Amino acid sequence: MTPLAAYLLVAALLFAIGLAGALTRRNAILVLIGIELMLNAANLNLIAFWRYGPHPEALTGMMFAIFSIAVAAAEAAVGLGLVIQIHRHAKTTDLDQMNRMKG
Amino acid sequence: MQESISFTPQLAASPIAEILWLIPAVPMVAAGVAALLKQAMRKTSATLAIGSMTVSLLLSLVAFAHVIAGWAHGQAVRETVNFTWIQAGAANVDLGWVLDPLSAVMLVMVSFVGLLIFIYSTGYMAHDENYTRFFCFLSLFAGAMLAVVISNSLLLLFMGWELVGLTSYLLIGFWYQKPSAAAAAKKAFLTTRVGDVFFLLGIVWLFAQTGTLLFYDHGAGSMEPGALAALLTQPAALGLTAAGAIGLLIFAGAAGKSGQLPLHVWLPDAMEGPTPVSALIHAATMVAAGVYLIARVYPLMQAGALTGGSTTALTVVTWVGASTAVFAALIAVAQNDIKRILAYSTVSQLGYMMAGLGMGGVAVGMFHLITHAFFKALLFMGAGSVIHGCHEEQDIRKMGGLKADMPLTFLTYTIGMLALCGFPLLFSGFWSKDGILEAAQHWSVARAPFYMLVFGALLTAFYMTRQVAYVFFGYWRGKKPAHESPAAMTVPLAILAFFAMALGLIGTPLWPWFRAFLDGRATGFDVHGFAEPGLLALMGTSTVVVFLGLGLGWRLYGGPAPRPEEPDVLEKAVPLVWGWLQRKLYVDELYGATVIAFYGWWARVSDWLDRRVWGGAVAGVAWAFGLWAQLNRFLDTNVVDGGFDKGCEELSTGGGLLAQVQTGRVQTYLRILAVAVVVLAAILIWSSRA
Amino acid sequence: MSLVFYLIAALVVAGGLAAMMLKNTVHCALAVTVAFAGLALLFLNLDAQFAGFAQILVYIGAVAILVVFAILLTKGSETPKDGVFSQTWLTGLAVASAVFAVLGWAVLQTAPMLPRATATPVVSVQQIGQALIGQYVLPLEIIAVLLTAALIGAVIVAIHEKEGAN
Repeated sequence: MTPLAAYLLVAALLFAIGLAGALTRRNAILVLIGIELMLNAANLNLIAFWRYGPHPEALTGMMFAIFSIAVAAAEAAVGLGLVIQIHRHAKTTDLDQMNRMKG
Repeated sequence: MQESISFTPQLAASPIAEILWLIPAVPMVAAGVAALLKQAMRKTSATLAIGSMTVSLLLSLVAFAHVIAGWAHGQAVRETVNFTWIQAGAANVDLGWVLDPLSAVMLVMVSFVGLLIFIYSTGYMAHDENYTRFFCFLSLFAGAMLAVVISNSLLLLFMGWELVGLTSYLLIGFWYQKPSAAAAAKKAFLTTRVGDVFFLLGIVWLFAQTGTLLFYDHGAGSMEPGALAALLTQPAALGLTAAGAIGLLIFAGAAGKSGQLPLHVWLPDAMEGPTPVSALIHAATMVAAGVYLIARVYPLMQAGALTGGSTTALTVVTWVGASTAVFAALIAVAQNDIKRILAYSTVSQLGYMMAGLGMGGVAVGMFHLITHAFFKALLFMGAGSVIHGCHEEQDIRKMGGLKADMPLTFLTYTIGMLALCGFPLLFSGFWSKDGILEAAQHWSVARAPFYMLVFGALLTAFYMTRQVAYVFFGYWRGKKPAHESPAAMTVPLAILAFFAMALGLIGTPLWPWFRAFLDGRATGFDVHGFAEPGLLALMGTSTVVVFLGLGLGWRLYGGPAPRPEEPDVLEKAVPLVWGWLQRKLYVDELYGATVIAFYGWWARVSDWLDRRVWGGAVAGVAWAFGLWAQLNRFLDTNVVDGGFDKGCEELSTGGGLLAQVQTGRVQTYLRILAVAVVVLAAILIWSSRA
Repeated sequence: MSLVFYLIAALVVAGGLAAMMLKNTVHCALAVTVAFAGLALLFLNLDAQFAGFAQILVYIGAVAILVVFAILLTKGSETPKDGVFSQTWLTGLAVASAVFAVLGWAVLQTAPMLPRATATPVVSVQQIGQALIGQYVLPLEIIAVLLTAALIGAVIVAIHEKEGAN
């Protein structure tokens, strides 16, 4: 197992854990946390490929990861703001109870 | 028989001829305006009518003066104004009017007598609530009659003819709430209609043969030699030429309108109308229209006659006229209604006019028409005055002794009665009737009409004496006392009485002005007129006959009058004959049994056909449609709707099933997303491996 | 693979697992902070110093605190009465397992193709700065706009309305 493969496996595992949490936890904030984990796993993937890629001096992977971090932060801010607003409206953050769009 | 005179054609019509159309137009406009008036505007309506009639009279007098002026200069005036009404390719339909001696005298007579009767009506109808409507109809009638008189086209004449018939219907049935009046109006209209059908056939045939319906059209008219020659060469059925056949058809129309023998049944019933109507329409003018028509188409009737001979058409006219004269006079003897006696007398006198036309020519018949108009109108108006004075009583057995109570009416009525009987020398009726008798005496075909007409004169004197004796002599047999009529009624009586005497002067053998005027010849006073062979003998004969009739009547009825319940003197003598005469010789019953019964049967058959056969067919079709509609509805509800509904339900259910995917929960959607990514990745990897 | 790598990897995975499985939401937030830290160490191990420190600054310094704020504002510290896991948690787990299976299998299948160890890249901050202003200036500006929009948006979304709400 090459180092790259190891890193990739770790990233995959982290991604799956994050996904599992996002899919199973009731609290909306924990779903967002799960999504942050998934994003982090993707960042790890990017950096790993940058390190063990053909042209690390091009900084492509690093740049990508930095921008990803920035976007993730922005998205977390907005998402948590939405969750707070929903909580104000529905008095709860339980996703199982939020099925107004049920068709 | 007169020779046919040719009138020099006029190149341009005089001013009066140009505006001749105003004479009928003004009363018609007055009628139109009066139709819009409210019932309360009585004075306006009467003023309109009398005013328009006065205008027509003045214009007629101007026209008459113009014609006389022309006659005095030795020029026979016949001015026509023609115009094209319908243009249909090669054949045109022209209308127009004519001003010649015949139309001029008729214009003056109609408008003058009409005006007098209008004035009379203001008094007679004063208590009637439909006063306004009455004068509207009277004006309309006057306009239509004047249109008949001036028309130069057989079509325009026919249009006026029909309008006259319509107004006659409206006026006979004026008191339409009375069932007898409504029935009488209907009878009049239908009976004249029978004649009119033949008339129309004659018109169409004439148009087809000659291509024109104008009488005089500068040589191209239907009464002018060119067209007549063409008609004479055309053979028709039964040995007649086209001229003869058309003449007979036109006479059929005239017979209907003028109450000749088979079609006379409507005239006595027409007495249901108000007395001014009887005076104007059924004595002086409308019934004279038939005679006038024959006079107008006389060249056609006379076409093909040899000098001194007669044609088939004229022979038929004579026989019908003579028969009518005697027939009606017989019935008049046994009538008890004052107006009915006068009605049958009118029928009888119309027969005289027709006979005069047939045997003696236009002047003979027209002279009697003019004099008859005046004295018959006088008699009717006098009868109206009597009825008015006796509080609407019309049965002569319930009158009597009115000589003292209504002196003016008595005087004028006697003058009229003597004129009708033909009292010698002083009264116009004598001269006009003698003209006819003289023509009958010299008729080449047969002698019988002469004897019939003499017998008719005897009967006329007899029944008129009977009537006058019952009404004016003896003692009053009514309930309430009688009174004289107002001036509005008696003044016209006086004027007419004057003319009843004076008109005789224009037709004596001494000065045969009327005949000469109509022929366009000059004439002067000629004592040798009396020297014609047989003339003095004839005058003597008729005088004897008149006195015989008067005497016989006075003998039977001049004595003490019977009480109303007692039967008549003659009735006691010959009850059977009296019964026949009183029942009008059963003509109405005959018609009822034959024509009307057939009509009723035919109507019933048609009704049955209509209801069962055609109606059944329609109902059958409707039923089939109903069935079809039911079937459609079934299909629509069950098949179409049902199918559609089922489809929609399935769709709905399917949609419901599909909608279960939308749980509304975010995590469900995320899961689906993840599954999709897995599947996609698997596919990608598998395909890249391969 | 060195021991350091395995230790840090274990830390990260443990942190992640803890974050997703603990009942108390605040504990979950703290656990995920640990996971973030572990990841930063992994970045450092991969010679991506700048990314590592950026990770610490942004994620631990901002996102995690944001999460904690949100939890506190929504009374997330209270234990819900119906349980923390969804009623259909098994399906979610299955799906996540499937995803891991596919990813893992993909990695293992393509392992022979992956590049071997290479020389350590030396990346200076100056290089990164020049890259940002030079080649990546457009994404930089876009990120700036994005962050501004997110800032404004978050404020508007979460602003406390004067009348009505709550």
